[in-house]
Amino acid sequence: MSGIVGIVIVSHSPKVAEGAAEMARQMVGDAVPLAHCGGDPGGGLGTDAQRIRDAIERVWNDAGVAVFVDLGGAEMNAEMAIDMLDEARRQRVRICNAPLVEGAVVAAAEASSGSDLEAVCAVAEDFSP
Amino acid sequence: METELLRQMIERAATRIAEHAEELTALDRAIGDGDHGINMKRGFEALRSEADRLAALDLAAALQQAGMTLVGKVGGASGPLYGSLLVGMGRAAAEGEGPAGMLAAGIAMVKRRGKAERGCKTMLDVLVPVQERLEGSAGEERRALMRGLRETADAALEATRDMVATRGRASFLGERSRGHLDPGAASSRLLVHAVCEVLEAEA
Repeated sequence: MSGIVGIVIVSHSPKVAEGAAEMARQMVGDAVPLAHCGGDPGGGLGTDAQRIRDAIERVWNDAGVAVFVDLGGAEMNAEMAIDMLDEARRQRVRICNAPLVEGAVVAAAEASSGSDLEAVCAVAEDFSP
Repeated sequence: METELLRQMIERAATRIAEHAEELTALDRAIGDGDHGINMKRGFEALRSEADRLAALDLAAALQQAGMTLVGKVGGASGPLYGSLLVGMGRAAAEGEGPAGMLAAGIAMVKRRGKAERGCKTMLDVLVPVQERLEGSAGEERRALMRGLRETADAALEATRDMVATRGRASFLGERSRGHLDPGAASSRLLVHAVCEVLEAEA
Protein backbone atom coordinates (compact mmCIF):
# COMPACT_ATOMS: atom_id res chain seq x y z
CA MET A 1 0.00 0.00 0.00
CA SER A 2 1.36 3.40 -0.91
CA GLY A 3 0.12 6.89 -1.51
CA ILE A 4 -2.24 9.20 0.31
CA VAL A 5 -5.93 8.36 0.66
CA GLY A 6 -8.00 10.44 -1.75
CA ILE A 7 -11.07 12.42 -0.66
CA VAL A 8 -14.20 12.96 -2.75
CA ILE A 9 -16.88 15.42 -1.65
CA VAL A 10 -20.38 15.00 -3.12
CA SER A 11 -23.22 17.44 -2.51
CA HIS A 12 -26.53 18.17 -4.22
CA SER A 13 -25.21 21.72 -4.48
CA PRO A 14 -22.06 22.36 -6.58
CA LYS A 15 -21.40 25.38 -4.36
CA VAL A 16 -21.55 23.34 -1.16
CA ALA A 17 -19.23 20.72 -2.66
CA GLU A 18 -16.79 23.40 -3.80
CA GLY A 19 -16.90 25.20 -0.46
CA ALA A 20 -16.32 22.05 1.56
CA ALA A 21 -13.40 21.15 -0.71
CA GLU A 22 -12.00 24.64 -0.23
CA MET A 23 -12.12 24.19 3.55
CA ALA A 24 -10.38 20.82 3.37
CA ARG A 25 -7.81 22.24 0.97
CA GLN A 26 -7.03 25.02 3.44
CA MET A 27 -6.09 22.36 6.01
CA VAL A 28 -3.91 20.18 3.84
CA GLY A 29 -2.85 22.15 0.77
CA ASP A 30 -1.96 19.87 -2.12
CA ALA A 31 -0.80 17.02 0.14
CA VAL A 32 -4.10 15.11 -0.30
CA PRO A 33 -5.78 14.19 -3.59
CA LEU A 34 -9.13 15.97 -3.36
CA ALA A 35 -12.07 16.13 -5.76
CA HIS A 36 -15.59 17.45 -5.47
CA CYS A 37 -18.77 17.30 -7.51
CA GLY A 38 -22.35 18.43 -7.22
CA GLY A 39 -25.42 19.07 -9.32
CA ASP A 40 -27.59 16.77 -11.41
CA PRO A 41 -27.14 15.98 -15.13
CA GLY A 42 -29.46 18.89 -16.00
CA GLY A 43 -27.46 21.45 -14.05
CA GLY A 44 -29.89 21.70 -11.12
CA LEU A 45 -29.47 20.62 -7.51
CA GLY A 46 -28.79 16.90 -7.32
CA THR A 47 -26.09 14.32 -7.89
CA ASP A 48 -24.89 12.29 -10.84
CA ALA A 49 -23.34 8.81 -10.59
CA GLN A 50 -21.15 9.33 -13.66
CA ARG A 51 -19.64 12.54 -12.33
CA ILE A 52 -19.03 10.96 -8.92
CA ARG A 53 -17.27 8.10 -10.64
CA ASP A 54 -15.11 10.58 -12.58
CA ALA A 55 -14.24 12.36 -9.33
CA ILE A 56 -13.20 9.07 -7.72
CA GLU A 57 -11.02 8.28 -10.73
CA ARG A 58 -9.39 11.71 -10.53
CA VAL A 59 -8.12 11.16 -6.98
CA TRP A 60 -7.57 7.41 -7.34
CA ASN A 61 -4.44 5.81 -5.95
CA ASP A 62 -3.72 2.47 -4.30
CA ALA A 63 -4.30 3.88 -0.81
CA GLY A 64 -8.00 4.14 -1.69
CA VAL A 65 -10.66 6.86 -1.64
CA ALA A 66 -13.00 8.13 1.08
CA VAL A 67 -16.28 9.58 -0.24
CA PHE A 68 -18.39 12.12 1.65
CA VAL A 69 -22.04 12.67 0.71
CA ASP A 70 -24.87 14.87 1.92
CA LEU A 71 -28.44 13.54 1.45
CA GLY A 72 -30.15 10.31 0.26
CA GLY A 73 -29.71 10.53 -3.50
CA ALA A 74 -26.08 11.51 -3.09
CA GLU A 75 -25.42 8.31 -1.17
CA MET A 76 -27.29 6.20 -3.72
CA ASN A 77 -25.50 7.79 -6.67
CA ALA A 78 -22.17 7.34 -4.89
CA GLU A 79 -22.99 3.63 -4.47
CA MET A 80 -23.83 3.42 -8.18
CA ALA A 81 -20.57 5.21 -9.01
CA ILE A 82 -18.61 2.69 -6.96
CA ASP A 83 -20.45 -0.17 -8.70
CA MET A 84 -19.22 1.24 -12.03
CA LEU A 85 -15.54 0.99 -10.97
CA ASP A 86 -13.30 -1.95 -11.73
CA GLU A 87 -13.67 -4.77 -9.23
CA ALA A 88 -10.21 -4.18 -7.74
CA ARG A 89 -10.85 -0.47 -7.15
CA ARG A 90 -14.33 -1.02 -5.75
CA GLN A 91 -12.81 -2.69 -2.68
CA ARG A 92 -10.76 0.41 -1.90
CA VAL A 93 -13.51 3.03 -1.94
CA ARG A 94 -15.61 3.79 1.15
CA ILE A 95 -18.61 6.04 1.65
CA CYS A 96 -18.10 7.57 5.09
CA ASN A 97 -21.05 7.88 7.41
CA ALA A 98 -20.04 11.36 8.55
CA PRO A 99 -21.21 14.96 8.15
CA LEU A 100 -20.10 16.33 4.79
CA VAL A 101 -18.08 19.38 5.74
CA GLU A 102 -16.67 18.36 9.11
CA GLY A 103 -16.07 14.79 7.95
CA ALA A 104 -14.20 15.82 4.83
CA VAL A 105 -12.01 18.30 6.70
CA VAL A 106 -10.94 15.92 9.48
CA ALA A 107 -10.53 13.07 6.98
CA ALA A 108 -8.27 15.22 4.79
CA ALA A 109 -6.17 16.12 7.83
CA GLU A 110 -5.90 12.45 8.81
CA ALA A 111 -5.07 11.40 5.24
CA SER A 112 -2.30 13.99 5.03
CA SER A 113 -0.48 12.18 7.84
CA GLY A 114 -0.34 9.04 5.70
CA SER A 115 -3.05 7.05 7.55
CA ASP A 116 -4.75 4.21 5.72
CA LEU A 117 -8.34 4.26 4.41
CA GLU A 118 -9.84 2.60 7.49
CA ALA A 119 -8.19 5.13 9.83
CA VAL A 120 -9.23 8.07 7.65
CA CYS A 121 -12.87 6.93 7.62
CA ALA A 122 -12.84 6.09 11.34
CA VAL A 123 -11.68 9.54 12.36
CA ALA A 124 -14.40 11.15 10.22
CA GLU A 125 -17.11 8.79 11.45
CA ASP A 126 -16.12 9.30 15.10
CA PHE A 127 -15.99 13.05 14.77
CA SER A 128 -18.37 15.04 16.91
CA PRO A 129 -18.08 18.78 17.08
CA MET B 1 -42.64 -7.98 -32.49
CA GLU B 2 -41.05 -7.89 -29.07
CA THR B 3 -38.87 -4.96 -30.10
CA GLU B 4 -41.84 -3.07 -31.49
CA LEU B 5 -43.63 -3.57 -28.18
CA LEU B 6 -40.63 -2.22 -26.29
CA ARG B 7 -40.54 0.85 -28.50
CA GLN B 8 -44.22 1.45 -27.83
CA MET B 9 -43.72 1.03 -24.08
CA ILE B 10 -40.92 3.58 -24.02
CA GLU B 11 -43.00 5.97 -26.10
CA ARG B 12 -46.06 5.56 -23.89
CA ALA B 13 -44.08 5.81 -20.66
CA ALA B 14 -42.36 9.00 -21.80
CA THR B 15 -45.71 10.47 -22.84
CA ARG B 16 -47.45 9.60 -19.57
CA ILE B 17 -44.53 10.97 -17.51
CA ALA B 18 -44.49 14.19 -19.54
CA GLU B 19 -48.26 14.62 -19.18
CA HIS B 20 -48.02 14.22 -15.42
CA ALA B 21 -44.66 15.87 -14.76
CA GLU B 22 -46.16 18.89 -13.05
CA GLU B 23 -48.35 16.72 -10.85
CA LEU B 24 -45.32 14.60 -9.82
CA THR B 25 -43.38 17.74 -9.03
CA ALA B 26 -46.28 19.11 -6.97
CA LEU B 27 -46.44 15.88 -4.96
CA ASP B 28 -42.70 16.02 -4.45
CA ARG B 29 -42.81 19.65 -3.42
CA ALA B 30 -45.21 18.71 -0.62
CA ILE B 31 -42.99 16.07 0.99
CA GLY B 32 -39.68 16.05 -0.90
CA ASP B 33 -37.43 18.40 -2.81
CA GLY B 34 -39.77 19.20 -5.70
CA ASP B 35 -37.77 17.84 -8.61
CA HIS B 36 -39.36 14.46 -9.29
CA GLY B 37 -41.45 15.48 -12.29
CA ILE B 38 -38.70 17.33 -14.11
CA ASN B 39 -36.14 14.62 -13.35
CA MET B 40 -38.36 11.81 -14.59
CA LYS B 41 -39.32 13.78 -17.68
CA ARG B 42 -35.69 14.39 -18.56
CA GLY B 43 -34.86 10.71 -18.08
CA PHE B 44 -37.75 9.37 -20.12
CA GLU B 45 -37.23 11.89 -22.92
CA ALA B 46 -33.66 10.54 -23.08
CA LEU B 47 -35.07 7.00 -23.29
CA ARG B 48 -37.46 8.13 -26.04
CA SER B 49 -34.56 9.47 -28.08
CA GLU B 50 -32.82 6.10 -27.74
CA ALA B 51 -35.92 4.02 -28.49
CA ASP B 52 -34.82 2.94 -31.98
CA ARG B 53 -31.43 1.82 -30.78
CA LEU B 54 -32.89 0.01 -27.73
CA ALA B 55 -35.59 -1.70 -29.78
CA ALA B 56 -32.88 -3.24 -31.96
CA LEU B 57 -31.42 -5.09 -28.94
CA ASP B 58 -32.75 -8.19 -27.24
CA LEU B 59 -34.98 -7.49 -24.27
CA ALA B 60 -32.37 -8.25 -21.61
CA ALA B 61 -29.77 -5.92 -23.11
CA ALA B 62 -32.34 -3.22 -23.89
CA LEU B 63 -33.61 -3.12 -20.29
CA GLN B 64 -30.10 -2.95 -18.85
CA GLN B 65 -29.07 -0.15 -21.20
CA ALA B 66 -32.31 1.71 -20.55
CA GLY B 67 -31.57 1.40 -16.83
CA MET B 68 -28.13 2.94 -17.26
CA THR B 69 -29.67 5.78 -19.26
CA LEU B 70 -32.06 6.50 -16.40
CA VAL B 71 -29.19 6.43 -13.89
CA GLY B 72 -27.33 8.97 -16.00
CA LYS B 73 -30.21 11.25 -16.96
CA VAL B 74 -32.78 11.28 -14.16
CA GLY B 75 -30.51 12.30 -11.30
CA GLY B 76 -31.84 12.60 -7.77
CA ALA B 77 -32.54 9.36 -5.97
CA SER B 78 -34.98 8.27 -8.68
CA GLY B 79 -32.23 7.78 -11.27
CA PRO B 80 -30.39 5.06 -9.35
CA LEU B 81 -33.68 3.54 -8.18
CA TYR B 82 -35.48 3.30 -11.53
CA GLY B 83 -32.15 2.43 -13.14
CA SER B 84 -31.72 -0.45 -10.69
CA LEU B 85 -35.28 -1.61 -11.41
CA LEU B 86 -34.62 -1.91 -15.15
CA VAL B 87 -31.12 -3.35 -14.77
CA GLY B 88 -32.47 -5.97 -12.36
CA MET B 89 -35.31 -6.82 -14.76
CA GLY B 90 -32.86 -7.06 -17.64
CA ARG B 91 -30.55 -9.41 -15.78
CA ALA B 92 -33.51 -11.66 -14.90
CA ALA B 93 -34.63 -11.59 -18.55
CA ALA B 94 -31.16 -12.78 -19.54
CA GLU B 95 -31.62 -15.71 -17.19
CA GLY B 96 -34.89 -16.63 -18.84
CA GLU B 97 -37.29 -15.29 -16.23
CA GLY B 98 -40.81 -14.32 -17.27
CA PRO B 99 -42.49 -10.99 -16.46
CA ALA B 100 -43.26 -11.80 -12.79
CA GLY B 101 -39.73 -13.05 -12.14
CA MET B 102 -38.22 -10.06 -13.93
CA LEU B 103 -40.23 -7.59 -11.89
CA ALA B 104 -39.33 -9.46 -8.69
CA ALA B 105 -35.63 -9.21 -9.55
CA GLY B 106 -35.95 -5.50 -10.36
CA ILE B 107 -37.74 -4.89 -7.07
CA ALA B 108 -35.01 -6.76 -5.18
CA MET B 109 -32.43 -4.39 -6.65
CA VAL B 110 -34.51 -1.33 -5.76
CA LYS B 111 -34.81 -2.59 -2.18
CA ARG B 112 -31.08 -3.10 -1.95
CA ARG B 113 -30.20 0.24 -3.52
CA GLY B 114 -32.73 2.20 -1.50
CA LYS B 115 -32.36 0.15 1.70
CA ALA B 116 -36.15 0.17 1.80
CA GLU B 117 -39.01 -2.29 2.11
CA ARG B 118 -42.71 -2.15 1.40
CA GLY B 119 -44.45 0.26 3.78
CA CYS B 120 -41.74 2.95 3.78
CA LYS B 121 -43.93 5.18 1.54
CA THR B 122 -41.88 4.75 -1.62
CA MET B 123 -42.20 3.44 -5.17
CA LEU B 124 -42.01 -0.06 -3.67
CA ASP B 125 -45.50 0.40 -2.27
CA VAL B 126 -46.83 0.30 -5.83
CA LEU B 127 -44.31 -2.06 -7.40
CA VAL B 128 -44.55 -4.83 -4.79
CA PRO B 129 -48.37 -5.22 -4.89
CA VAL B 130 -48.29 -5.09 -8.70
CA GLN B 131 -45.67 -7.82 -8.76
CA GLU B 132 -47.74 -9.94 -6.36
CA ARG B 133 -50.80 -9.49 -8.57
CA LEU B 134 -48.72 -10.55 -11.58
CA GLU B 135 -47.23 -13.51 -9.74
CA GLY B 136 -50.64 -15.04 -9.15
CA SER B 137 -51.97 -14.47 -12.67
CA ALA B 138 -51.04 -17.64 -14.54
CA GLY B 139 -53.71 -18.48 -17.12
CA GLU B 140 -55.59 -15.22 -16.68
CA GLU B 141 -56.90 -13.59 -19.84
CA ARG B 142 -54.61 -10.74 -20.85
CA ARG B 143 -57.16 -7.92 -20.97
CA ALA B 144 -58.51 -8.80 -17.51
CA LEU B 145 -54.99 -9.08 -16.17
CA MET B 146 -53.97 -5.67 -17.51
CA ARG B 147 -57.05 -4.11 -15.98
CA GLY B 148 -56.31 -5.92 -12.71
CA LEU B 149 -52.72 -4.67 -12.64
CA ARG B 150 -53.80 -1.08 -13.27
CA GLU B 151 -56.39 -1.26 -10.52
CA THR B 152 -53.83 -2.77 -8.15
CA ALA B 153 -51.46 0.11 -8.91
CA ASP B 154 -54.22 2.69 -8.41
CA ALA B 155 -55.20 1.29 -5.02
CA ALA B 156 -51.58 0.87 -3.96
CA LEU B 157 -50.80 4.50 -4.76
CA GLU B 158 -53.83 5.68 -2.82
CA ALA B 159 -52.69 3.57 0.16
CA THR B 160 -49.44 5.58 0.38
CA ARG B 161 -51.47 8.61 1.49
CA ASP B 162 -51.85 7.32 5.02
CA MET B 163 -48.28 6.08 5.34
CA VAL B 164 -45.51 7.83 7.24
CA ALA B 165 -42.30 8.04 5.21
CA THR B 166 -39.29 6.29 6.69
CA ARG B 167 -36.99 6.52 3.65
CA GLY B 168 -36.00 9.38 1.41
CA ARG B 169 -36.33 13.11 1.85
CA ALA B 170 -39.94 12.77 3.05
CA SER B 171 -38.73 10.86 6.11
CA PHE B 172 -37.38 14.16 7.50
CA LEU B 173 -41.00 15.26 7.82
CA GLY B 174 -41.98 12.24 9.94
CA GLU B 175 -45.69 12.39 10.86
CA ARG B 176 -46.18 15.38 8.57
CA SER B 177 -45.58 13.16 5.54
CA ARG B 178 -48.94 11.52 6.30
CA GLY B 179 -51.82 12.76 4.16
CA HIS B 180 -49.78 13.09 0.96
CA LEU B 181 -49.39 10.62 -1.89
CA ASP B 182 -45.82 9.47 -2.41
CA PRO B 183 -44.33 10.93 -5.62
CA GLY B 184 -42.24 7.83 -6.38
CA ALA B 185 -45.29 5.61 -5.96
CA ALA B 186 -47.17 8.00 -8.28
CA SER B 187 -44.54 7.74 -11.03
CA SER B 188 -44.43 3.95 -10.62
CA ARG B 189 -48.21 3.84 -11.08
CA LEU B 190 -47.88 5.86 -14.29
CA LEU B 191 -45.27 3.44 -15.63
CA VAL B 192 -47.42 0.41 -14.74
CA HIS B 193 -50.31 2.06 -16.61
CA ALA B 194 -48.13 2.80 -19.63
CA VAL B 195 -46.90 -0.78 -19.93
CA CYS B 196 -50.39 -2.23 -19.37
CA GLU B 197 -51.94 0.09 -21.97
CA VAL B 198 -49.48 -1.09 -24.61
CA LEU B 199 -49.97 -4.77 -23.78
CA GLU B 200 -53.74 -4.41 -23.63
CA ALA B 201 -53.87 -2.81 -27.08
CA GLU B 202 -51.83 -5.76 -28.28
CA ALA B 203 -54.24 -8.33 -26.83
